Amino acid sequence: MAETMFDKLWEQHRVLTDADGLDVIAIDRVILHERTGGVALQSLAAAGHQVAYPDRVFSIMDHIVSFRAGRGRDEARMPGGETFITETRALAQAHGVTLIDTDDPRQGIVHVVAPELGLVMPGVSIVCPDSHTCSLGAFGALAWGIGSSEAEHAMATGTLRLKKPPQMRVWVQGLLTAGATVKDLALAMIARFGTAGGKRCAVEYAGPAISALSMEERLTLCNLAVEFAAFTAVIAPDAVTFAAVKRLGYGPTEAEHRQALEHWRALHSDPDAVFAHELSFDASTVVPFITWGTSPGEGGPLKGAVPEGANPRALDYMGLSVGQRLLGLPIEGAFIGSCTNGRLSDLRAAAVVLKGQRVARGVRAVCVPGSRAVMRQAEDEGLDVIFRQAGFEWGEPGCAMCFYAGGETFAPQSRVISSTNRNFQGRQGPGVRTHLASPAVVAASAIFGAIASVEQVQALPILAEQGITA
Amino acid sequence: MSPFAKAFRTHSGLAAPLPIDNVDTDQIIPSREMRRVGRDGLGLGLFAGWRYIEANERVPDPAFILNREGFQRASILIAGENFGCGSSREHAVWALAEFGFRVIIAKGFGDIFFNNCLRNGLLPVVLPAAEVDRLLEAVRRAPVSLTVSLLDQTVRRDGVEGALSFAIDPFQRRLLVEGLDPIGLTLKEKAQINAHIERDKAVRPWLYREPEAN
Repeated sequence: MAETMFDKLWEQHRVLTDADGLDVIAIDRVILHERTGGVALQSLAAAGHQVAYPDRVFSIMDHIVSFRAGRGRDEARMPGGETFITETRALAQAHGVTLIDTDDPRQGIVHVVAPELGLVMPGVSIVCPDSHTCSLGAFGALAWGIGSSEAEHAMATGTLRLKKPPQMRVWVQGLLTAGATVKDLALAMIARFGTAGGKRCAVEYAGPAISALSMEERLTLCNLAVEFAAFTAVIAPDAVTFAAVKRLGYGPTEAEHRQALEHWRALHSDPDAVFAHELSFDASTVVPFITWGTSPGEGGPLKGAVPEGANPRALDYMGLSVGQRLLGLPIEGAFIGSCTNGRLSDLRAAAVVLKGQRVARGVRAVCVPGSRAVMRQAEDEGLDVIFRQAGFEWGEPGCAMCFYAGGETFAPQSRVISSTNRNFQGRQGPGVRTHLASPAVVAASAIFGAIASVEQVQALPILAEQGITA
Repeated sequence: MSPFAKAFRTHSGLAAPLPIDNVDTDQIIPSREMRRVGRDGLGLGLFAGWRYIEANERVPDPAFILNREGFQRASILIAGENFGCGSSREHAVWALAEFGFRVIIAKGFGDIFFNNCLRNGLLPVVLPAAEVDRLLEAVRRAPVSLTVSLLDQTVRRDGVEGALSFAIDPFQRRLLVEGLDPIGLTLKEKAQINAHIERDKAVRPWLYREPEAN
């Protein structure tokens, strides 16, 4: 019987099927963060359970750690937030799980750090009480987001009990053209198929456009699968994946690599495998994209306008009206970072736009690398200098301004362009109006002080060449 | 331990309409309302961005449904499509439960939110869009009492003939009806879980050793 890649992943982890038809699935890795993981460890202890396999659990600080340069060990983004850091640290130590603390050189956003350490690779099952865990399916892993109670179950038993989700294949033909990014592709697909378009399925992204993506681009695409109501996303591992798996740290050693490759190469859908749902999309039609509403599906081309029939509730919150053009809307904030677009290639793409330019007066522009490793590499390449000279703040790694948990942020009603994943009401602060876009478009808009395209920046003189120092 | 009853059999209570699609967990419980490590103290933060004119001072917005006469004691929420999408935070369920909700009826739910409900004795009911729209219309002006039975999987309007049937996975139903402890249940399978791991060690030895120094 022909199997999908997801069938194979599932079957390899299936311990048993119970009388109700639910499967008990072995979990290879549990990742926690201080926002939702601490409470899971706390409840686990209160219920008298133990972590069954502590060497499979990794607690990483990312959500509310301060992004202020030179931050303190317990410094949070909001008053009172340090309790999440100190309690999660104490709980992780008490349970004997691996702790990647705020000052650890490996620290960063869980979904950015997992590949860096080799925690994720093809064929592993990996869960985290964080909805963007689907990012890691980019490696051909069985990765999905769960709640805190399920995290307790995964830690106490080494498994999760659940019904196998239905499956969908999204076939992406064509290739992205110059100027269009995988972020634009993901937002365009969500806009086309709707925020419930993934129908709670395990979604396999496949086709020429997907094969052509780099590993970091694949992570961005799979990251946004949850905004599409997918159970998770997977991409069949190929040469791009194999090259990206870290063979140090938690990945296979040199000696194990041949056996690992053999195992990983089998993880693809058989040619006649059947999916419950099939969608197709043409990547060659994708243009730079931006959201105008308060749901990731409420977006359109950067050079377009708010469409007829746009959700009035969203427009009221965003201070927009039908027919209004998006290019040229004045902004007060720009943020580059997050598990969606906080990796090295994202910072490079923004730096190309920012080099020799200056952020517009009145715009607060912030870049927060996704991890310490990303930050070190970016600094080795001098990207931090480009960001700083342009007028960006250069923050310490973490989730930072992707979401608001209290403390300082952009002002109410301010318009912010962001390389993140959610434009929900209040996501970046009470009343803050978030527009989602690619890092390059965020950078271009920061320079203009208004929503702008990369071409508009290319038409500007370069300040440095005119002898003007930023 | 959760302060809430984890079992659910039947519930009768007042229903409040929230006819909005894609209500994400950031709206249900804004992150700024999650002030300490724990499951309680979240009820006041429920829908804080919509419920209060001034969230810090807790000044209620009279226009918000749960502040309107008769709806303050609602225990059944009727919502639109994709309710509870977004962040995995179980705090959204803890906040709804602490406020007093026992049932959420919607056209669809975010996957993680749905599972989080089941772990906390909050019943998520999916009904066809047209039926949800009819219920929303029925409760729009004044709260209406509904009876939701998980035993016979029905939603009934008090004083109205007939019942709406809903489907639920048998295990999920049992989890709620019997108030089962899912961890305790799975721990009974320890031998099979260990056998699986032993077999897997031969297939994927790289997952079962100390990490190399980076």
